[in-house]
Amino acid sequence: MGTRHRVQLTVNGERRSGDTAGRTSLADFLRDTLGLTGTHLGCEHGVCGACTVLLDGSPVRSCILLAAQADGHDVRTIEGVSPPGGPLSPVQEAFCETHAMQCGFCTSGMVLASEALLATTPHPDDAEIDEALGGNICRCTGYVQIREAVRVAAARTADDERVVVRD
Amino acid sequence: MKPIDFDLHRPETLDEALDLLAEHGDDGKVLAGGQSLLPLLNFRLARPAHLVDVGRVASLAVLRRTATGVTVGAMVRQASAEQSPAVASHCPLLAAALPNIAHPPIRNRGTLGGSLAHGDPAAELPSVATALDAVFVAASIRGRREIPAAEFFRTHLVTALEPDELLTEIRFPATDSGTGAAFAEVGRRRGDFALVGVAAQVTVADGRVTDARVCLSGVADTPSRPKDVEDMLRGTAADDDVVRDAANAVRETVEPVGDLHATADYRRHVAGVLLARALREAYETAERSEDGHDLRIA
Repeated sequence: MGTRHRVQLTVNGERRSGDTAGRTSLADFLRDTLGLTGTHLGCEHGVCGACTVLLDGSPVRSCILLAAQADGHDVRTIEGVSPPGGPLSPVQEAFCETHAMQCGFCTSGMVLASEALLATTPHPDDAEIDEALGGNICRCTGYVQIREAVRVAAARTADDERVVVRD
Repeated sequence: MKPIDFDLHRPETLDEALDLLAEHGDDGKVLAGGQSLLPLLNFRLARPAHLVDVGRVASLAVLRRTATGVTVGAMVRQASAEQSPAVASHCPLLAAALPNIAHPPIRNRGTLGGSLAHGDPAAELPSVATALDAVFVAASIRGRREIPAAEFFRTHLVTALEPDELLTEIRFPATDSGTGAAFAEVGRRRGDFALVGVAAQVTVADGRVTDARVCLSGVADTPSRPKDVEDMLRGTAADDDVVRDAANAVRETVEPVGDLHATADYRRHVAGVLLARALREAYETAERSEDGHDLRIA
């Protein structure tokens, strides 16, 4: 048996803690110990971006970050993007309206990466959107609608006005 | 796709970290940002009994301007260095290379020391450190030593670091005025490991190259610095003929290995194309810098 570790962190604004093995990834800790299964594990080696969460506000891959390394830090998962029962965040709304998801497996990571982008760059151009989401792989929707979702959310968040989505 | 069970150690000081490495270095690994090591652990390609996480050693996460250049602590995140004004103005080649590393979420966790100690010859930072003759500082309970970049990278994923040694900082020399830098690479997709990469830095005085530094990644077991090409460039105005000759010389000397991503011939061809591209950009930036319009950061 390897070492065990007490991990205390803030998840979606709440203080959470748990005991876990040194080898446990933050993704497994969130899902198995804290029951937050909205974080999805795709490749489990840092390539697909499905497990993206925000660590102290910045997007990171939770499959290649040990839970112990996140001890004392602030974590935001998809469950913390909007309150239970809604309303959805502008990014989530935009993903729905532009059909930026199909199977939904990559969506948690896509939404969190988009939230992080808009927090630092309220008016991203297409190159900035591509750079921010380039590490998140979608295997069914395609990237055109996802980019469109970020544009729509950006316009709405920045100007606080409704944007008509093209058919 | 889960690592084998290991003992995780989380020292808070450098001395504690070095004691742990002295005890467990032979069957242990240092964990920095984890962006290379954790994939290897998840695949069980690496099976260490001990992991020494140096992420809480605050002294390793310092980036500072010194009289002779920029000293980067091993735990400085790639994203922090990317945003550092000191790196942008005094180490333009590093600034040019950093945005090419993987994707932003990887750079948010990945560190300079971790990437360099991992020693992947296809990665960007080993090439930059080799081109710039950076100095690596390694510490152990036996003492400290400085390792020149030319002696640091031994072969694929093997460096000069001993099992009980920790890479603590990397010293990048400052550039002279009239210096321009560029980094060019080609991969299947942006963020993928490059098939070939070229780091280039030139210093120009009165329109002539006084110093040229070139290093290629992805074409050998270690970063590959063609000194003959650097010599060809010195004293010239890096005009089209010189750049073409330099590109041809690189194509003739590199011996890349083909794999399912690209053939050796393709990599050799691309090495020349990228060398020409990086040299032109570096030279033009250097000339603008010499003219007093410092656009190195642009």
